[in-house]
Parts: sequence; C-alpha cells; structure tokens
Amino acid sequence: MSFLSIDNLKVDYVTDDGIVHALNGVSLELVQGETLGLVGETGAGKTTMAKCIMGILPKRTGKIRSGEITFEEKNLLKCSEKELQSIRGAQIAMIFQDPMTSLNPVLTVGEQIAEAVENHERCGKARAMERAEEMLELVGIPAERVHEYPHQFSGGMKQRVVIAIALACNPKMLIADEPTTALDVTIQAQVLEMMQSLKRQLNTSMLLITHDLGVVAQNCDRVAVIYAGEIVEYGTVMDVFKRMKHPYTQGLFSSIPQINADVKRLNSIPGLMLDPTLDVEGCRFCDRCKYATEECRINHPELVEIESGHSVRCFQKK
Amino acid sequence: MNEKQTGNIVTNGINSRSLWAEAWLRFKRNRVAVAGLIFVAFLIVVSIATLVLDLVTSNEIYNAYVVKQNLSLKLAPPSAEHVFGCDEYGRDILFRLIWGTRYSLFIGVVSIAIALVGGGILGSIAGFYGGKVDQMIMRVMDVFLSIPSMVMAIAIVSALGTGMTNLLFSIAVPQIPRLARIVRASVMSVKDREFVEAARSVGAGDFEIILKYIIPNALSPIIVQASLSVGAAILSIAGLSFLGIGVQPPAPEWGSILNAARTYMRDAWHISVIPGLMIMITVLSLNVAGDGLRDALDPKLKN
Repeated sequence: MSFLSIDNLKVDYVTDDGIVHALNGVSLELVQGETLGLVGETGAGKTTMAKCIMGILPKRTGKIRSGEITFEEKNLLKCSEKELQSIRGAQIAMIFQDPMTSLNPVLTVGEQIAEAVENHERCGKARAMERAEEMLELVGIPAERVHEYPHQFSGGMKQRVVIAIALACNPKMLIADEPTTALDVTIQAQVLEMMQSLKRQLNTSMLLITHDLGVVAQNCDRVAVIYAGEIVEYGTVMDVFKRMKHPYTQGLFSSIPQINADVKRLNSIPGLMLDPTLDVEGCRFCDRCKYATEECRINHPELVEIESGHSVRCFQKK
Repeated sequence: MNEKQTGNIVTNGINSRSLWAEAWLRFKRNRVAVAGLIFVAFLIVVSIATLVLDLVTSNEIYNAYVVKQNLSLKLAPPSAEHVFGCDEYGRDILFRLIWGTRYSLFIGVVSIAIALVGGGILGSIAGFYGGKVDQMIMRVMDVFLSIPSMVMAIAIVSALGTGMTNLLFSIAVPQIPRLARIVRASVMSVKDREFVEAARSVGAGDFEIILKYIIPNALSPIIVQASLSVGAAILSIAGLSFLGIGVQPPAPEWGSILNAARTYMRDAWHISVIPGLMIMITVLSLNVAGDGLRDALDPKLKN
C-alpha cells in the first residue's frame, strides 16, 4: 500500500546564471510506517525534494516542470495554498537541518510548539500550551522550560524542540532533512533513538534525508541513492548495503574510512558532480565511472528492477 | 535522562514571568534608558496636568499666564520671578514651555504612530511578497520621497485646511515612505531565514508569519528609526507653525516659540536656547528610551 508516491518529478531552479536542473524525473514510494532513507551528496537534490513535498519551494526561482506527488490519493502539486496549509504540520511535518536557525529567536519554545498545534486544532491557547509541555516531556526536555527562549537551549536540545514542533500534531508523515548533521555523535545517537521510538509510538512514516550511511543502516527500511537529481539505486537496506550494483553506490561505500585498513589517502570518487545547468544525453555519472562505455555516454539509462524491490539505473549493473 | 536534571537546576525561577515583565527587568538595568523614559513620562504627566488644569479652571491660568501679553516685560532676561525670562510679547517662557508640552509631544508621538502603522503595513507587504507587489508599493513610495516633506505637509494642510487632525496627517504622510523603506529592508532580511520556512511547514499562514515571526525579528531598526522620527516630527510642526499653518498662535507650541525667537536671537538668547534645549532633551530621551526598549525586547540579550 503506497502512502506517499512521487512520480516522475522534475524541478528546475531558474536563476540569472541559467536553469539549474535540480530534480530530473524522480519517482519514489513510501509505505505507511516505513522509513525511507534518501542518500546523496550535497547538491544532489535531497532538500529540493523535501521542499517539493511540503510545497515550500522558493516561489520565484523554483519551477516544477512535471510530475505528481500523491499523498493519500491527493495530488499535492495541484492543491491550493489553503489546502496545503491544512496538510502541512498536521499530516506531513518536516524537521529542518539546522536547529540553530530554524527556531524563531523571539518566541519561547512553548509558544512555537503551541502555535503548530493551534494552526490545526481548534483548541484554546491554554490547551495548546499544555500540549506543548507534553511534547517537551516526550522529547526529554523538562516541561518547566516551556517558557524559555531558543538561545537558552543547547544544540541537541534545540533539535529536540524542532522535533517536538514537527510531531506536535501527530503527523502521518515526517520528513527529516539531515536531522543530525548539526549535532555531535552522542547527541546524534540520542536524537535518532528518540525519533525511532516516537515513530513506533505514533506509527509515522518517515523520509530520512542524510548523507551519513551509518544513520541509514540503523534507521531505515529502504534506501534511495540520489545522484544529480536522479535516483540511481533503490532497494531495502540489505539490497543497497550488501548487494549494491550502481558504481556510484559502490563509490560511496568505498569512501567510508576503515579503521583497520592502513591507507595513506582516503578513497574518493574521482571528479565532481555534473554541473546541474547542463543538459546531458547519456548517463549523468559516466564521467566519473570507471565502467563507463560508449553506450553510457550516448543513452540515458532507466531505473530497472534487477531483483524484487531492488532497482538500479545503470547499463553495466556491476 | 541527564538533561532533565540539569534542566531543572538551570530553570528555577525564570519561568513564571511574562514577556513584558522580563522586558521591564532588562530595561531597568539600562540606566540611561530609564532616565530617558522618566523624562518622557514626566512630559506626559505635565501635558495631562495642564489639560486637567485648563478644564478645571476653564482656561483661567492659560489666559492669565500663557497667552496674555505684557509689553513691559518684553524680552526680559531670566530672573527670579521669570526663571526662563520672557518672550517678545512679555509672556513667561516657563509657562509657555509647560503648556506647549502637549502640542509638541502629542503631535510628535501620534503622527509617528500613524506613520508607523501606514509604513509598517506597506513595508512589510512589499518586503514579504516581493516581486510586482514590492515594485508597485515602493515606486509609489519613491514618488512620495521625491517631494520634500515640508512641501508635502504644506500641500496637505492647504488642501485639507488647518486643524489638529489635518496637521497630524500632514506630518505623518511624509514619514510613511521613510519608515516603509526601513520596514521593508528589515523584513526582507528576516523572511528568508530558516525559521520562517519552518513556520510555513507547520501550516502557518502568511498573516501569522508576518505578525509573529517576521515583525518581532525585524523590530530593532524600526524602533530606533521611529524614535528618531519623533524628533523630526516635532521640528516639522515648528516649521509649519512658523508658516502659519501649524499650531495657530497664540498656542505655545515649542517650535513656534523657537521660530519666533530667531528675530531676537542677538538681544535675547534665552527665547531660542531654552525651547531648543527642551526639544533636544525630549528627542534624546525618546531615542535612548527607544534604544533601551529595543534591547529589552530582544530575548537574545537576556542574560
């Protein structure tokens, strides 16, 4: 049963320096209660996708060229702003990357959580504040701190507040955009563990955007690897981590430093990601790929299912 | 969890106060701002007191001391009897200053409040929506800016006629584009911050975002500019009064005393210096009080 499905989504950013192709026909499906990891390097289009789902793409530059985002039988891209407002926060919530900047510095954390509640539930201010206190307790912050301002919290606690805001209305789906990037490793583990247990309690689906493969291994059911605005490999965590087929995925895994290997230089994938303003005919990865053939440069590979639930966008299928 | 305990220790006591109570606590620490606020409060009390006195005595004091001419005391220098001396018609400057407070302060503050509402709404709409809306609003503002404020005030008063409401309006309108520009710039710098995006993603509407997220974060430069503009407004009233379309004589408006004094500057320094000092101290007090208010309202400077 698919719950959120993205079909052939193409997004461009129209800037003065040219048209940036941020997403080039992304298709994804998310099943209720499942966690999907979205992995890729900076600029691959991860956050663009999250913003598309939320409908908060920058209006002036962001242009959706084609595609559909279906959430519970509703095409989000065709919804009016009013409908979207009632979906955002209540049905789909988002956790932002940087807790330092995603909280309003002049409102207390309690007010900010209460506001998310008030936007969707017709309840009084007092009730919303009570809910804010409950949410703070839920994420492990004492309810007494509800009247404090964001700058009085540590980074990890701010991220918990951001999570509390996102979960305040029990959303059916949570988009976590690199929720742990700004945190140190111990807090990262705490936050992830907390998100997992909350997710189980509330049966939320989650789209976890990250570039940390360890985080994916621990938290996700399925993984999509995104490169230059395209999904290049998609499958269960086992499929992608143990039987990866796409050269890019292989490159990603081989660049993880190994503690027991005695090497002078870390492995990396040669070259840089394709200039996103270019239109390319062939495979977008072929310039960096050691298996690339003539075919790769001329034809664009499609995402092909190679075993049940595991798809790869590559002619060579190594 | 560990943080729970530390949290408890950190938080004891500061939770119960409201935003304003806390702002007041922080405001109190700034001595200069408190002094400014006390002076402004004093002026407000004085203007209310004179209003009440006039009502009770049916303008007796006003007629006897403030507007009654006594040419034997023409340009009398400060003395024990007339602490600040007398003006060109022999009227006591001290009385005129006290009774003039309400005109200057009231017109200055109210006209800027009107301008702030107008400029605030236009500027935040322009800054928030950008694009065509912004262009339309700001080009109209540019047209207004290209007319010198005094000329526009004169035009408004001549078109609508003299009177308190029209005077307020004529001083407020030229200030609108200035404030709108500042509000717009300030809003633009805040609107792309991540917490605005975050607010949108929990389902907040435009109106709510502007009111709760953008304006409070964009407030500091606006408060400072508004408190500076009050001074400018008091001076424009003076200018209009000088031209005979502001506060009508013999009402003792500070600016009109100052203007009238120009002719006698060489013979009677006190008529120009003392109202000038009053205007300066008032504007300064408003400024430091506004500055302190800004700092007090900013939760980041809390501890």
